[in-house]
Amino acid sequence: MTTPEQLAHGKSGFSRRAFLKGSGAAAAATAMAGGPGLAAEEESSVISGMTTITLDVNGKQHKVEVEPRTTLLEALRYGLNLTGAKPISVDGSSGGSTVIMDGKPVSSNSVLAMECVGKPIQTVESLTGDSGVPHAFVDQDASQCGFCTPGFVMAVTAFLKKHPNATEEQIRDGLNGNLCRCGTYANIIPAVLDVVKGGGNG
Amino acid sequence: MVEYVWPDKKDASVLGGSFDKIDGPAKCTGTAKYSYDINPEGVLIARAYGCPQAHCKLKSLDLELAEGVPGVVAVRKMKELGDEIHWQGDLVAVVVGETEGAVAEGLAAIVADYEPLDVYVDDEDLQAAEAAGRTADSGGRVQLANEPEGDDEGFEDKELERLFKEAAAVVEGYYGIAAITHMCLETHGSTCEFKDGKLLAHLSTQNVSGTPGQFASPLKLTADDVTVHCDYIGGGFGSKFAVDRWDSLAAQLSKDLGRPVKLMLDRDLELKNGGSRPSGFADVKIGADANGVITVWDSHHWSAGGYGGGVLNQSVMPYVIVPPNYRRRVTNVKINAAPVRAWRAPNHPQGCALSQTAIDDIAAKMGLDSYDVFERNLVNVADEDRRGVYAEEMKIAAKLMDWKAKWHPHGKGDKNGSIVSGLGMALHTWGGGAHPSSCMVKIHPDGGVEAFLGSQDLGTGTRTVIAVVLAETFGLPVEAIKVNIGNSKYPMSGPSGGSTTVGGVSESSRRTGLDAREQLFEKVASKLGVPAESLEAKDGRIFSSEDSDKSLSWKDACSLLGMSPLEVSGRGYSRGSKLSSNGVGGVQMAEVEVDRETGVVKMKKFVAVQDMGLVVNRKTASSQIYGAMIMGIAYALFEERLMDKNSGAFLNAEIADYRLPRLGDIGELVVEIYEPESERARGVIGLGEPPVISPGAAISNAVANALGIRVPVLPLTPKRVLDSLKLQARSA
Ligand code: FES
Repeated sequence: MTTPEQLAHGKSGFSRRAFLKGSGAAAAATAMAGGPGLAAEEESSVISGMTTITLDVNGKQHKVEVEPRTTLLEALRYGLNLTGAKPISVDGSSGGSTVIMDGKPVSSNSVLAMECVGKPIQTVESLTGDSGVPHAFVDQDASQCGFCTPGFVMAVTAFLKKHPNATEEQIRDGLNGNLCRCGTYANIIPAVLDVVKGGGNG
Repeated sequence: MVEYVWPDKKDASVLGGSFDKIDGPAKCTGTAKYSYDINPEGVLIARAYGCPQAHCKLKSLDLELAEGVPGVVAVRKMKELGDEIHWQGDLVAVVVGETEGAVAEGLAAIVADYEPLDVYVDDEDLQAAEAAGRTADSGGRVQLANEPEGDDEGFEDKELERLFKEAAAVVEGYYGIAAITHMCLETHGSTCEFKDGKLLAHLSTQNVSGTPGQFASPLKLTADDVTVHCDYIGGGFGSKFAVDRWDSLAAQLSKDLGRPVKLMLDRDLELKNGGSRPSGFADVKIGADANGVITVWDSHHWSAGGYGGGVLNQSVMPYVIVPPNYRRRVTNVKINAAPVRAWRAPNHPQGCALSQTAIDDIAAKMGLDSYDVFERNLVNVADEDRRGVYAEEMKIAAKLMDWKAKWHPHGKGDKNGSIVSGLGMALHTWGGGAHPSSCMVKIHPDGGVEAFLGSQDLGTGTRTVIAVVLAETFGLPVEAIKVNIGNSKYPMSGPSGGSTTVGGVSESSRRTGLDAREQLFEKVASKLGVPAESLEAKDGRIFSSEDSDKSLSWKDACSLLGMSPLEVSGRGYSRGSKLSSNGVGGVQMAEVEVDRETGVVKMKKFVAVQDMGLVVNRKTASSQIYGAMIMGIAYALFEERLMDKNSGAFLNAEIADYRLPRLGDIGELVVEIYEPESERARGVIGLGEPPVISPGAAISNAVANALGIRVPVLPLTPKRVLDSLKLQARSA
């Protein structure tokens, strides 16, 4: 078992080079630059089993145990007990697991936790109910069962960052990645417009 | 003597107002915990393995490899060798492990072999079903205004023939509505904690009070050893009333393994097992007089309820508009699919879609305005009291839609390139009487108020409804009431089905609140030296209506309770109650645009006018109607269960493949709650289901009005629209 201390000092008994190679240069660069994640080692082998990584979630560094196959969604839900992001579809087609990573909306069930090392991740739990998007959702009653709502709130938050002055037409065109079975769309549209009127991202 | 009534509209402070859901912030910031979200220390993850075949016998099942996967803790079979399996995805085994990854690997390592049996899944093709020996007569009914003279054997046929001959217009049509699933976004399942001979089950359920016993008996416990807990449920729609076999297994596994076990279905198995709504297909012959009033109806419908499930009930054919003469017949088509479950307003959406489309076809055939034909047919509404309500609701809806200005005869509208537009309407009914419910109210000496009910919140805002009722009763703001629901140890409340919850909890919390208030009033009366009957509670004060100088703040009044809280229990009595009633109606009108080249139907505007007796919380009531309209748009235009005819495979059992409307698909929605004093005086009536009934017929009628032909089967996908247009072109 690798301890967090070992990981922090780059003394783990394995390498994540194979993983890094497969997961894109940006992640590798962050990790190698001594970012908060796992330090890379010279020798090449495949990671297996449990290992501890550090995720930058809601402005804090969190150590979390993952397997290479652990998705970001599982790491958040089981590792950090941040259960706002929901498991709804096998892929990203419901938008229910949406978080904001590097400023962009991401289906957390479609990325591996290890890919997210060194990237700032924002989850719905970082928001409070008395302002911004969640407040507008409450005010317009834009949740019923509420299971889709955290994903929607994050999708809207990311959308409004890009389109702070969104029109109703843009809202109807731009928020189709999220699914709601209870049918809250008619309440979400005015909620998003309220946030726009209140000054973009509230 | 306490009189259990609601205040008049002019006297009500909060009742009927518009309030945010008190649990809205929890839902919108991700802190609301659903069964899926509960992760007790050491929780194990369990996932099920579904049978890949649609009809077979289990020949062999080798779990050894799965058991050997690192991280897998246990593997259990759910079927025995030789068991017959009747639908694809029926659960065969369960793998329990430390992580999702280990469990997934374990599931992939299960080796099973099956002996295939004959598969049949085509519920629409009645001839094929008959040829396959998959049909059964499911009864019917005949009602004729005339009596046979003497012993006239063939009277029924002769009389129907005579009536159709006499009719000014006759339409013979074929109509259908495909099977759909519930698609709860939180799949079915539970997180079970068995400890010291007791079970705590975090179950995703519409039936908190009714499920402990179902968990108890397979565990050889009694219900008092079981607590069912569900603060939030991610969708139910009628499919989550029972402890399912996989929930019982989760409880057993927790007992055997000594650790909490979370067993939620994954999406694919959810759609295959977690509930579907029966399809319906019908041959309908309908006759009308010169005004378009239906005089005679003859229908045969067939429907598939899945293995052991019930078919589309005959009682909804014809629907709401029931002529004096009718004959109906039902055939059950037995397909290899999981048994159906109650789906929001069971039977009604299909009945409406199969019969009010036929009524609209009479209007088309006679060249009449559909509005006029529906209005004239209100004489065929069985409940005379409701005819006037429908007439009023139609007027309001027509105004909101601007029906008269927009109307054109079927198929005769302006064309904008390949785009044509049309209007359609439908109307519906539902019961929605209060279910049994008990409530416990605690008033603390410091003024705090709590309510406890073993109820649940499907998303309708149950907590807020209870808070509004008690706030009204005690003269307090809504946020002053702390509502506790979602635990089976609280006083019993009925399952949330049939739109009975808001009526039920309003009944129990109003009665209990009034009882508690009376006890408090007695203490205040002796303190102030006024008769208790003269006291009122409003704006945070208790005062005498005879002398308003004699008053106490709520807090000071509560301090009279001494050291211990006042605890009062009570229950609802819906029979003969002035607080609740049943029987609602509604009218919906749809405006669509259809592209004749692509077959795409677009919602332009959709109007719903709905009565529900007395409105408790206007905001959440409106949301229910919006949601129901969107769910209606879903089954009218998008969703259906697709099955492969040869293998019986459920082809679209993932969200990416199961088409549902998205935010951009809904057009403009307009909701109007019809609450004149005559309706308000009836008391609270449930609302969750009724507005989901009319959309299928209303939207289909709008498409028929646009195109001038009927696209017979819902959902009206581009393919179905284009097929109908091709058929029309060929026959022209
Ligand atoms: S609120 Fe229930 S799925 Fe969106």
